[in-house]
Amino acid sequence: MSIAAPLRRNLITPTTLVLAALVVIGFFFLGLRLIYGLGAVTNLNSGYSWGIWVAVDIFIGTALGCGGFSMAILVYIFNRGEYHLLVRPALLGGLFGYTLGGISAFTDLGRYWQAYNILLPWHWQPNSVMFEIALCLLAYTGVVWIEFAPVFLERWRFPVVKRFLDRWMFVFLALGVLLPLMHQSSFGSAVLVMGTKLSPLWFTVWLPLLFVVSAILMGYGVVMFEATVVSNSFGLPSERALISRLSKIVGWITLGWLVIRWADLLNRGVVSLAFAGDLKSWTFWIENALFIGAAVVFLTSAGRASQRASLLGAVALLAAGALYRLDALIIGLRPVGNWIYFPSVPELMVTIGIIALEILLYLVFIKMFAVLPVAEASSPRTADRRLP
Amino acid sequence: MTDVDRRDFLIGAGFATAGAAVPTEASAIARPPKEMPPQAVGMLYDSTLCIGCKACVAACKAANEMPADIPEYLSGWNENTWDSAEDLSGRTLNVIKVYRNGKVEQKDREIDGFAFVKRHCLHCVDPSCVSVCPVGAMQKDPVTGIVSHDPDACIGCRYCVYSCPFGVPQFDLANPFGKIAKCQFCRHLQKDGKLPACCDVCPTGASLFGTVKDLKQEAARRLAAPAGTPYQFPRGKLGGDRPPNVATIPSYIKGIYGEHEAGGTQVRYLAGVPFPKLGLPTVGPQSPASLAEGVQHTIYQWLIVPMIAFVGLAFLTRRNAPRADAGDTPKSRGG
Amino acid sequence: MDATSNPDIDYKASLGPNPDETVYGGLSRRQMLQFCAGIAATMGLSSTAGVRMAEAATAPARPPVIWLHGQECTGCTESLLRSYHPTLESILLDVISLDYHDTLCVGAGKQALDYKHAMMEKNKGKYVLVTEGGTPMKDGGIYCKVGGKTQVELVREAAEGAAAVIAIGSCASWGGIQSADPNPTGAVGTQTVIPGKLVINIPGCPPSPYNFLSTVLYLLTFGRPPELDQQNRPKFAYGRLIHENCERRPHFDAGRFALEFGDEGHRQGFCLYKIGCKGPETYANCPSIGFGDVGFGSWPVGTGHPCFGCTEKEIGFRKPLHSLATVKTLTPPTAFPQVDAEKGQGISAGAAAAVGVVGGIVVGAGAMLLKQMGEDKKSAPDSTTERT
Repeated sequence: MSIAAPLRRNLITPTTLVLAALVVIGFFFLGLRLIYGLGAVTNLNSGYSWGIWVAVDIFIGTALGCGGFSMAILVYIFNRGEYHLLVRPALLGGLFGYTLGGISAFTDLGRYWQAYNILLPWHWQPNSVMFEIALCLLAYTGVVWIEFAPVFLERWRFPVVKRFLDRWMFVFLALGVLLPLMHQSSFGSAVLVMGTKLSPLWFTVWLPLLFVVSAILMGYGVVMFEATVVSNSFGLPSERALISRLSKIVGWITLGWLVIRWADLLNRGVVSLAFAGDLKSWTFWIENALFIGAAVVFLTSAGRASQRASLLGAVALLAAGALYRLDALIIGLRPVGNWIYFPSVPELMVTIGIIALEILLYLVFIKMFAVLPVAEASSPRTADRRLP
Repeated sequence: MTDVDRRDFLIGAGFATAGAAVPTEASAIARPPKEMPPQAVGMLYDSTLCIGCKACVAACKAANEMPADIPEYLSGWNENTWDSAEDLSGRTLNVIKVYRNGKVEQKDREIDGFAFVKRHCLHCVDPSCVSVCPVGAMQKDPVTGIVSHDPDACIGCRYCVYSCPFGVPQFDLANPFGKIAKCQFCRHLQKDGKLPACCDVCPTGASLFGTVKDLKQEAARRLAAPAGTPYQFPRGKLGGDRPPNVATIPSYIKGIYGEHEAGGTQVRYLAGVPFPKLGLPTVGPQSPASLAEGVQHTIYQWLIVPMIAFVGLAFLTRRNAPRADAGDTPKSRGG
Repeated sequence: MDATSNPDIDYKASLGPNPDETVYGGLSRRQMLQFCAGIAATMGLSSTAGVRMAEAATAPARPPVIWLHGQECTGCTESLLRSYHPTLESILLDVISLDYHDTLCVGAGKQALDYKHAMMEKNKGKYVLVTEGGTPMKDGGIYCKVGGKTQVELVREAAEGAAAVIAIGSCASWGGIQSADPNPTGAVGTQTVIPGKLVINIPGCPPSPYNFLSTVLYLLTFGRPPELDQQNRPKFAYGRLIHENCERRPHFDAGRFALEFGDEGHRQGFCLYKIGCKGPETYANCPSIGFGDVGFGSWPVGTGHPCFGCTEKEIGFRKPLHSLATVKTLTPPTAFPQVDAEKGQGISAGAAAAVGVVGGIVVGAGAMLLKQMGEDKKSAPDSTTERT
């Protein structure tokens, strides 16, 4: 049986060096943003006031960090303890997805030095979806660090903290399911106010549901992707059987997502827009093809049996969810006035730098802390802790 | 799963989904739209009267102490001594644009003609920007209905820019300490009993200030009169004492832009050319805020649903967490 | 009869035996050529035309001119007196033979009138008739009589034998000040009195003398009038709105207006549209050439008073001085932003490269991983065990 343990590899490898270089470049441009302003570094404009820093770093980044959330649902709500081993790596992804998503949000703010206003009760504007997203995101970031704390506590002993967590972790686990349900659906609600500014291919009253379910799917996608890639890259015991069973569940959820999406499209009678031949229609079909491809892989036993197919399916699912968000926030937009937008090079490098940082920190953490299931245990033992 | 597990799941799931009734119609879930304040002030912009003199652009800049705005391709010319705004921006709260077609021969004619249009905040009755601002930097005055902005509260998230159906609020991206820029109807002048600068300076009365109630009637009068009728177009403020602009009723497009758009606005338009040609976006009658808030409140009103969900989830995690840990003991091997 | 094609007028008489040494009324030939070149330039003609004008102007057979005055203030003659290039003397003595001019002729009374009739008889079909002042038509035209005859009769009588008719000033062009409401005398322009004959109108109150002189010289040179507009006004002088050439136009465009005489804006020289300038609907060349040859700005708007549209029949003496002009914007200036202008930054080469490189790395790494997975399919042990 596998147990979690730090990965015995060098911290400094060609991969981590390249990632570190990308991080440095990204943070350089972020520094320029702080000195010269958003206009100097990004291609944001009035028609596209939310660019890739919001769409990719925050919306997609946090959805990719939903691994912990998705696994918590499976393991602690549906009581599928056999997936237990996948929880820690998933949480780790969540740590960085959310923390760096939060940092990206902060630096994307035009008046970041007044960001604390969101915490002051006399500035609270509860009608705003973003208000709820902001507080929920902050809270969940804290929760995911707490959920991950036992991993640190294995390395650094703090008995008081450990006792507290032993007792109250279930509260944080519950929050770890509730909060993402709230804010990931709210990401969808946030788009509701667009109305006619969003193409009917994406604008629907079901946006909150579609966003939260796709976030769950992306969480599973991350878990499957990460488990497969990491075990193959580092020659670790693979979790193939586990992944295979998980992917069947994921396949059904994906199918469910597609049913809701298409039922809504057909109900509103807007499918003709998908044949307009413009960029929106192309990305619409690619997005759907990716979801369908993932569903096909995960629902067929041949697909599940092949590790390669499963990996591609997981990647397709991640790409599908990411493209869905990109479509709903940027590509599907019909701004007032004849605006166009494509990120500038500094803008892209910041996003790439943030993603590189996420990967880099992930690699560092799996080598420093007991996250991955790296080895066989010498003898099977019953659980002697209640914590993940 | 064992029977016990299934029961636990159902209990918890029942809690988690309680109260989340799922609507099929968007209007069913939207909250009721906001009402026009009783003493709402507004503006009637008549594109047929506008001569494109841009006195309103200059006056707005002066009244709000905004700097000159010059497009990129002209910026080498004059060291910012000449304001030539191409669009609303962090430095321009009000702009005049032109519609041209074909040979551009006749004013207010759609084919082979041209027309002018004034763009700035429409001071919606149910504003999206006020609804979406997380820190309440956008506020609608309960008496006059003016939508104002407080840069000291603003965190620069640009949700208002993103959500405005008319593309009005602008964030000054060029400035590292930028602010949101949006017409505030010269409320700093109105509180002293003066007119908004644009209406004050408009030579032909194209920008006319007044109460929304009165302006509605004025617009209806103009639309009802046959083209060619001599008419006295008031200037400055409707009901004020300035000499009118004596001219004739033109051939209007039948309709008032802003009467129903996004739930109604306090700044309304008349024109001789179809409104979409002037760049005024086609917006449905439902205010976007009413739908977004409707969905949000349905789920989160008083946080009832989240709290119930939390109780259910905590119940389940408390039961399941110990069982989930099935013999995998993390082993720390040190650095 | 169309005065523009009368073959009996031969204005290209010989220049005499020694043309280069000929001195004309104090001007050398070179000076004469220079002056005519200047006149040609005023009319937008080439310098060859100037040479032809000089030849025509200095032809020994100076064409006779009969100049009648109707209801007028003699301002147009006064304006002519203030021409400096050419001076009035050189015109009178060298260019034309002013056989009769109500104001300038030395004789008076019956003797002058008899001379006029004699000249009209002698030069029948060859003289140019210039009318200054309006013609009253009401009550048989009794409101203006010279020598016992009404102006109507005098104009018609003179026009009969005229080769060309020029109406100088607004009064002769369309009625002028006496035709203002209620027009008690029924004052009209010369064309109304002699509808069958082409009358070239040089409106203005008074017009610049050069508008008149240039027209006359053109007529002498080419034997036909210059290009005329719908109201038979020469286009070189009346083809453009004052608004199109006004030196204060930038103030109009920027929205800077004088609101009252003597206010800050007025003293800064701002646009006078709001105090009633009719420049936007008046055709004339006042801002281009000014009056009195005293330099830039020697015209009403230049001195700070709004134009009152003196050349235009519906405007001058009809519209109140300070009422707003109807802006005849023929075409909006190109500095206006278009409603549908495309804005924003699209994809740049650098951005495409960045996306391409990163995308390439991701796809490449993925491909390598998939390949490796295919080889290692059987080698990694599966760590999961079935749980009971």
